[in-house]
Amino acid sequence: MNLWPKRFPLFPETASRLAQDVDQLYFFALLVTAVFSLLIAALIFYFIIRFRRRSEDEVGQPERAGLWLEITWSVIPLVILLFMFGWGSKVFFDIRKPPRGAIEYYVTGKQWMWKFQHPEGPREINELHVPLGQDIKLIMTSEDVIHSFYVPALRAKMDVLPGRYTTFWFNAEKAGAYRLFCAEYCGAEHSYMRGSIIVMEPDDYEEWLATRGQTTAAAKTGADLFSAQTCDTCHRSDSAAQAPILHGLFGKEEQLADGSLVLVDENYLRESILNPAAKVVAGYNALMPTYQGRLSEEDLVGLILYIKSLGGPDSADASASNQATTQASSDREE
Amino acid sequence: MGDQMTTPAERKRLNYLNADYGVKSWLLATDHKRIALLYLLSITVFFFLGGLMAVGIRLELATPAGDLVQPDTYNRLFTMHGILMIFFFLIPSIPAVFGNFLIPLMIGAKDLAFPKINLASWYVYSIGGLFTLWSLIQGGVDTGWTFYTPFSTTYSNTYVIATALGIFIVGFSSIMTGLNFIVTIHRMRAPGLTWFRLPLFIWAHYATSLIQILGTPVLAITILLVGAERLFHIGIFDPAYGGDPVLFQHLFWFYSHPAVYIMILPSMGVISEIIAAFARKRIFGYKVVAFASVTIAVLGFLVWGHHMFVSSQSPFTGVVFSFLSMLVAIPSAVKVFNWTATLFEGSVSLDTPMLYALGFIGLFTIGGLTGIMLANLGIDIHVHDTYFVVAHFHYVMVGGAIMGYLGGLHYWWPKITGRLYPVFWSKLAALVVFVGFNLTFFPQFLLGYLGMPRRYYSYPEDFQVLNVMSSAGATVLGVGYLIPMIYLVWSMRYGKRAGANPWGAVGLEWETPSPPPTFNFDETPTVDHEAYEYTSPTETRVA
Ligand SMILES: [Cu+2]
Ligand SMILES: [Cu+2]
Repeated sequence: MNLWPKRFPLFPETASRLAQDVDQLYFFALLVTAVFSLLIAALIFYFIIRFRRRSEDEVGQPERAGLWLEITWSVIPLVILLFMFGWGSKVFFDIRKPPRGAIEYYVTGKQWMWKFQHPEGPREINELHVPLGQDIKLIMTSEDVIHSFYVPALRAKMDVLPGRYTTFWFNAEKAGAYRLFCAEYCGAEHSYMRGSIIVMEPDDYEEWLATRGQTTAAAKTGADLFSAQTCDTCHRSDSAAQAPILHGLFGKEEQLADGSLVLVDENYLRESILNPAAKVVAGYNALMPTYQGRLSEEDLVGLILYIKSLGGPDSADASASNQATTQASSDREE
Repeated sequence: MGDQMTTPAERKRLNYLNADYGVKSWLLATDHKRIALLYLLSITVFFFLGGLMAVGIRLELATPAGDLVQPDTYNRLFTMHGILMIFFFLIPSIPAVFGNFLIPLMIGAKDLAFPKINLASWYVYSIGGLFTLWSLIQGGVDTGWTFYTPFSTTYSNTYVIATALGIFIVGFSSIMTGLNFIVTIHRMRAPGLTWFRLPLFIWAHYATSLIQILGTPVLAITILLVGAERLFHIGIFDPAYGGDPVLFQHLFWFYSHPAVYIMILPSMGVISEIIAAFARKRIFGYKVVAFASVTIAVLGFLVWGHHMFVSSQSPFTGVVFSFLSMLVAIPSAVKVFNWTATLFEGSVSLDTPMLYALGFIGLFTIGGLTGIMLANLGIDIHVHDTYFVVAHFHYVMVGGAIMGYLGGLHYWWPKITGRLYPVFWSKLAALVVFVGFNLTFFPQFLLGYLGMPRRYYSYPEDFQVLNVMSSAGATVLGVGYLIPMIYLVWSMRYGKRAGANPWGAVGLEWETPSPPPTFNFDETPTVDHEAYEYTSPTETRVA
């Protein structure tokens, strides 16, 4: 075994513009750190030499009034901090808020692997191929414990939790393979829960998709499951419907029995499949059985994709409703 | 220095150490000074046990492959390292040893308000410790000291409940100590010793005690819920039973972030004492430093959400917690500036305690400033849960809290034992600790920004050079911790006699003999001056 690596970088590679934003903020924070640390160190060294004890019974000079000093060294750091706080919050929102119309991929974490579902159908494990220069949005959940989806080259991470969806988005500027780590401790093989994000030129990506052979689009898989589970007995568009009509539902605000409003997003659909009695739409009875334990995470993703494929309240602006969903879902997840 | 001050009469007088002999006189001691020594002994055992775990961790991480131990073993090592160091060493360390020993001495009291509760707290601590050690011998825990759900409630197959019970129990000793300190500081100050004449060590302990009694119950409840969820699947934290895993994080950090201040505030108190004594000058901005302690304690309860910026908490909540967390930097920075300003026009002597105090200022400054980066949303999203965080909290807890602890140990050792330790070896050890510490933890900042996640047992090869540096530094640091062990034990028998006030410091604890008599003062002192009043050379101030 080679005991000494050939390469030992001191700084990570960069794959997106937002990653550069994080770096700039970090460099500024480093500068502040360096200036303050060196200032303190220099003052201490100067004082301990200049004011060293010269005789055994010498004592220090009495303190001079220093209120203006106290104010100065409280206010100056406060101003710098407020500036960094504002800047940091801006960078954070840029990284957290997916843009409209991003391509959506589904991610499932489990002890100890990453599973990916492409919208076009292909599935992958521990590797995700994506096209360059596109907004990519990942909708993520976990089958067991909490994991965290972390790509250092993108300078971003997001926890992946059981029982809900969280999102992560990026737009890679450079083709290449980038490290994916699980950053939240998740048990024995936590440090082996690694993978890669493979960013490809759009043409290469199309070619790669083609080599995956005949795969069924994920929404179609969901549609098949929808009939296999006989969901269509109740969720139908004619007068015999005993459950909300699913066409044009996604992204809509539904009124519940208690009068409150709920936004139909991925997390709401997920909850309504697994625990239908939780938020029943006004005008319907809680007839639906629970599907908890009867569907895998992949099945759920298929069903949600199918429902999304049935369009939103304003299908012309489907991406806008998507946008609202993401924001609302992150606001709600407290 | 001190030898010529000791008169033969003083040498023969009764003190708290020779007043009584035998195991029983120690195990049933109600003297705060004896109880402090019981704590000193116990926490030293846990410190070296926790250190041993760190040795295992750093050995494994010397190579990228997972080769020395099994992953399960590694996970238990870092979990037990965290649990032992935090709950059984750092949290009790300065309060239970120096707080216990010195608060009555500094305020001119005979003992703490409740001597029996004080002794009981040590027994409670020991029982909690034995529980934890038992679970360790059985095979340990692998949840990390943070016990995140649903891993801890549903997926871990280790001794979660036994360990959690150990932590639950030890929490009560912390509450008892805090309660005792608060009552003592309120009720038992010597005549004339007003609040603004108190040493800053007392202010720091007062603030710490507030956190201990307000925060610890929340931890106890959280731990009970984890146990109940594990045993009965009550559905609080695990979504499979209808719970919310993030709720655990809120509850856990509501205690565990303030716990950071339980660890660092007493250390800051020690640093104030040392700087004043070795600059022979009143701490610059005394009132500001005193209120900074209280401000840190209060703000500390409002920042727990900074551990959850990427835990699916809403981005707006993140902004609020980011803002509040950054505010904590202000009172902390103000303290650093005030300590530095105290040196100005002082009479500075670089004795061993002062070396630790200056080391503390440097390392705590770096720890604090990197904490600002972590409180910053835009940087945290990258470095959260990486070695950057590991480096940061070791700068605060080891570079800060333990440097303060060692500084305090060297400052009050002559008072506690009546003996001086060798100057050369103690200064050497301080230097070795400082160098070893930086070599261990500085490379971890770089590793963290490179993206190495924490709690990794195996890592990509290009992280190796920095990891080897860190492991090498840990060896140096380990040596630095062993040297004081040797010369301090040696000094108890062979060290020169210290005399009442070997440093020429001001403070009631230096006005009674070393070691102090059982009831501290022959007659209750009266105070007619401010703290740290260095006006004329070593003037006796007992009225
Ligand atoms: Cu993991
Ligand atoms: Cu914290």
